[in-house]
Amino acid sequence: MHTTLRIRRFNPEHDRPSSYYQEYDLEIDPSDSVLDGLIKIRETIDDSLTLRCSCRGAICGSCGMRINGHATLACKTKMISMASEGETIQVEPMNNMPVIKDLVTDMAPFWAKIRQIQPWLQPQGLPPTAEYTASPESMSHLSGVMSCIMCGVCVSDCTVLEVDKTFVGPAALAKAYRFVADPRDAATSQRLNFLNQPGGMWDCTRCMECIQVCPKGVGPMDRIMALRAKGLAEKVPSTCGSRHAEVFTDIIKHKGILDEPMLAIRTFGLKNIGRLLAMIPMVLQSLLKGKVPPLGPLHRPIQGIQHIQRLFKQVRITR
Amino acid sequence: MKYAFFPGCVSKGACPELYQSVMQVYPRLGIELAEMTTASCTGAGVLQEKDPRLGDALNARTFALAEQQGLPIMTICSTCQGVMSQANHRLTTRPHYLQEMNDLLREEGLTYRGTTTIKHFLWILLEDVGEEALRQHITRPLSGLRAAPFYGCYIQRPTDALEFDRNPDRGKSLERIIEILGAEVVDFPGKTRCCGFPILTINKKNSLTMVATHTRDAQSHGADIMVTPCPLCHLNLDGMQTNAARQEQTSIDLPILHLPQLLGLAMGMDTKALGLNRNLISATSALQKIGVG
Repeated sequence: MHTTLRIRRFNPEHDRPSSYYQEYDLEIDPSDSVLDGLIKIRETIDDSLTLRCSCRGAICGSCGMRINGHATLACKTKMISMASEGETIQVEPMNNMPVIKDLVTDMAPFWAKIRQIQPWLQPQGLPPTAEYTASPESMSHLSGVMSCIMCGVCVSDCTVLEVDKTFVGPAALAKAYRFVADPRDAATSQRLNFLNQPGGMWDCTRCMECIQVCPKGVGPMDRIMALRAKGLAEKVPSTCGSRHAEVFTDIIKHKGILDEPMLAIRTFGLKNIGRLLAMIPMVLQSLLKGKVPPLGPLHRPIQGIQHIQRLFKQVRITR
Repeated sequence: MKYAFFPGCVSKGACPELYQSVMQVYPRLGIELAEMTTASCTGAGVLQEKDPRLGDALNARTFALAEQQGLPIMTICSTCQGVMSQANHRLTTRPHYLQEMNDLLREEGLTYRGTTTIKHFLWILLEDVGEEALRQHITRPLSGLRAAPFYGCYIQRPTDALEFDRNPDRGKSLERIIEILGAEVVDFPGKTRCCGFPILTINKKNSLTMVATHTRDAQSHGADIMVTPCPLCHLNLDGMQTNAARQEQTSIDLPILHLPQLLGLAMGMDTKALGLNRNLISATSALQKIGVG
């Protein structure tokens, strides 16, 4: 099979370094991975092509890169799944981290974020004579998140990190969940309070890019949602993020349908005059445009609200 | 083609023009709707932050109500679609969990057997109405109009719950509709990214940066308008566009249309009937390109 790899190149040693694309034509075997193709280019066409790889088996997490616009492991991605005969496959370095050369990114910011969440067990009391043990039942739910190989793929495609480098990011948050949910760890409260700060668990947009691209099924965003649930259960100090979830749930409980104006007002809180005043121009503009539902901005409870309220009660009882 | 119609909170609230426009277009497409007046909000992924099991119970109830009527569900919101698709995926792939949810529904006399399909209006246009029939309803092709698609995260990811494997065209469905309506597709990098709405009350700065990035990008790629199947994206991209431009100290003027508004225009309908006068960013000058004044 014939294909073309269009690779984004960057050499910091050039006089005026800037990135550019270079195309390489290849004859490939249907079983070849994108990594096989890149290695073939480096060994037979252009030995200046720089990439990072090691195990070739989706275990070491070294070969994270963007293929046709989405981050993934090059060793796990078959070329035949990315392009038909004669089509081009685009290969670029991961996003949201500096490029060192060609397809090699600097993982230092990634590791700095992982260190921020203190990724080690923090138990209480005297250390045991042997290992810190836990029953298999109490740890089995963590097997998914413990599959993380720290490849950086989720960080590359995170939509929040694109606009805000202070966000702790999906990989670090998933790792934080791994310790928050570990029955042997005693720092749950400190961890959740740290993650409750700006740049922490409430800044995720729930865009699910990280779930989609993770090559190991870790589901980072699901772990972020679980952290939020734990934060609410542990009653972390109230923030716009926590109030948003609490108020939303409360409105559904009472009406079955959402009142947007009430959600905004109660999320900001009556004391947050600045945010409330800032809403006025948009509210006025909406009113002038007739952007108001026929029965007014606040809904009456839906028919059958008693069934919704009973479900709320039953779910709580059977938890 | 009859559906249990799930309008979603936003079309009944802050985006009344979405409800209005879908009401205008659906009867002409051979679609029948039975609105689900007793179904609750899906939880929008927010209620699920507090209690994912509660979210699934509420959605299982909605699926059971539709199943009782023997109808598939039609949504008009990417977020409703995604949250329901994810819930249905969990319920139909985990029999014990489905049983647990049915235990909760029993007192209302409901049981969910796992047979309800949930489809966004966008998918219905292509998969059920069909391209050929759709073309027959186009009386004013949108020739010359350059339209940028903006999907909303929940109708793009995760692809397994959205059944992209069985329906591989869903990932490009909005571009396909734009083409069928006669407009030109403006491709730009942000079309499947996040609009920022979910964090508007939490981190306004980041949220507005996302609005500015995507609208400015689409405009710089030559878009006259943007079209979205998600009213939550619309609330941010339309409602917060002026604020976003101010924050980023730039100038943006990109009308954002709901999918049924764009469809209605191609079906020759009046702008006011489609609620275009309710969109905050006026589409008047952009629509002059297709002879709509």
